[in-house]
Amino acid sequence: MGKKLLMKGNEVIAEAALRAGCKCYFGYPITPQTEIAHYFAKKMPEYGGTFIQAESEVAAINMVYGAASAGARVMTSSSSPGISLKQEGISYIAGAELPAVIVNIVRCGPGLGGILPAQGDYFQAVKGGGHGDYKMVVLAPSSVQELYELTVEAFNIADKYRIACMIMGDGILGQMMETVEFKDKEEIISADKSWALTGTKMEREQNVITSIYIDPEVLESHNLKLQRKYKLIEENENRVEIFNCEEADVIITAFGTVARIIKNVIKMAEKEGIKIGLIRPITLWPFPNEAFEKYATVPKAFLSVELNAGQMVEDVRLAINGKNKVFFHGRMGGMIPTQNEILDKVKEILKG
Amino acid sequence: MTGHEEIIIAGFGGQGILSAGRILAYAGMLEGKNVSWLPSYGPEMRGGTANCHVIISDEPIGSPILNTATTLIVMNAPSLDKFEKTVVPGGKVIIDSSLVERKPSRDDIDIYQIPATMLASEMGNLTFANIILLGKFIKQTGIISKENFAIALEHILPEKKHYLIPEEIKALEVGMNYCE
Repeated sequence: MGKKLLMKGNEVIAEAALRAGCKCYFGYPITPQTEIAHYFAKKMPEYGGTFIQAESEVAAINMVYGAASAGARVMTSSSSPGISLKQEGISYIAGAELPAVIVNIVRCGPGLGGILPAQGDYFQAVKGGGHGDYKMVVLAPSSVQELYELTVEAFNIADKYRIACMIMGDGILGQMMETVEFKDKEEIISADKSWALTGTKMEREQNVITSIYIDPEVLESHNLKLQRKYKLIEENENRVEIFNCEEADVIITAFGTVARIIKNVIKMAEKEGIKIGLIRPITLWPFPNEAFEKYATVPKAFLSVELNAGQMVEDVRLAINGKNKVFFHGRMGGMIPTQNEILDKVKEILKG
Repeated sequence: MTGHEEIIIAGFGGQGILSAGRILAYAGMLEGKNVSWLPSYGPEMRGGTANCHVIISDEPIGSPILNTATTLIVMNAPSLDKFEKTVVPGGKVIIDSSLVERKPSRDDIDIYQIPATMLASEMGNLTFANIILLGKFIKQTGIISKENFAIALEHILPEKKHYLIPEEIKALEVGMNYCE
């Protein structure tokens, strides 16, 4: 490992992407993630890549489609309203099986909402914000160090499966500075990209990148192929942090920055003799069902804490499958639950 | 030096509130501690107020959002009104008394009133006021050494301001040595 640096989360995403061999970035500015574009604008020339501030989010995602078709490692980033605009392009990328990394530094909604932290885009990210039966891998880092590691990982997963990979953070993670330790060299998988549109030089058959299949039999077999790929990803790529769950009175589940607040709550609760565990999904899709199955009957109840009206809690309930009670506590609008507020909720649950 | 400090720095935009926090976080990292720095970036910035949350700790850092502070550094009156209640009993409040006339009403915290803006003006550069307050902070907490503070200044200040560093160190000493 190299030496420790103090960096802003947004900047770390861009630095990690460059280290992972990202050669193209296309984006349109929006708070609270614009530093990602700033960093690429400054550094991309040193790496011999292409940075374009597109005329819109729609243009940016379609530039991603183009660069990915040519075999480049490519990224775009935005925040909630901008990510909504990209959904058509994301669906096309899924249909055409293109590897790409998309960053969503989530803000409050619906509509223009506000610029403060939120997790209201969970459904959009994991259930498919665009049309058609597709999935993308969704990674939810909770520290600046993890932003670095998971951004590199996102490019590898994208290439390995020819899939779009989303990094979902919020304004806290994007705006905060924390220490980060970069490796001397990144582990970059060498993916077969013989499918890419690189020019035949009249020496091979032409490659075709498309998402249109007019013949229903052909399209269904394409759909089934995609589903087999998703199954494989579900088996191999789910990531989760399990903390303090053995003998827990209550297991809290939270992702991203909220999980950090929960770690403080766990310490507070310990002083009062209450044992709280944490299951933190690192991949939101594929969802780490096994972790929940394993601990389903350990605590008296589960509590999902989110910055939304109750989204991941639905997947938690599916994973628990009726084997235990699942409660929810959420805040919206950029309001962040305090440690006391969460501990009070735990006590209320334990009182029954 | 060991410890755990949760610091809220607050004032008007342009007073160097956010950079003061970055210098502390960087110096804390040089001390071998875990650090986090979280700026206000929301609507409260309209109207010109700014604040940041800094944690410097031997322990791994949980939430970077502070609901309470062990030290509050304030450079305007609205910030004292807003954050006084967040200081833990036994905590510290460091106030630029050139800009904040009021004294905190609590008697369970240590209060340091330093006319930082006036002292900075005597040094010929108003932008040193934040550094003077940080001088008091490192003197009272001992969590950061003067040497590491100086290295942090070099990293946080843009290169075109590096000629100011010797003066900034003097400002730090003014704050460290100030007696009420």
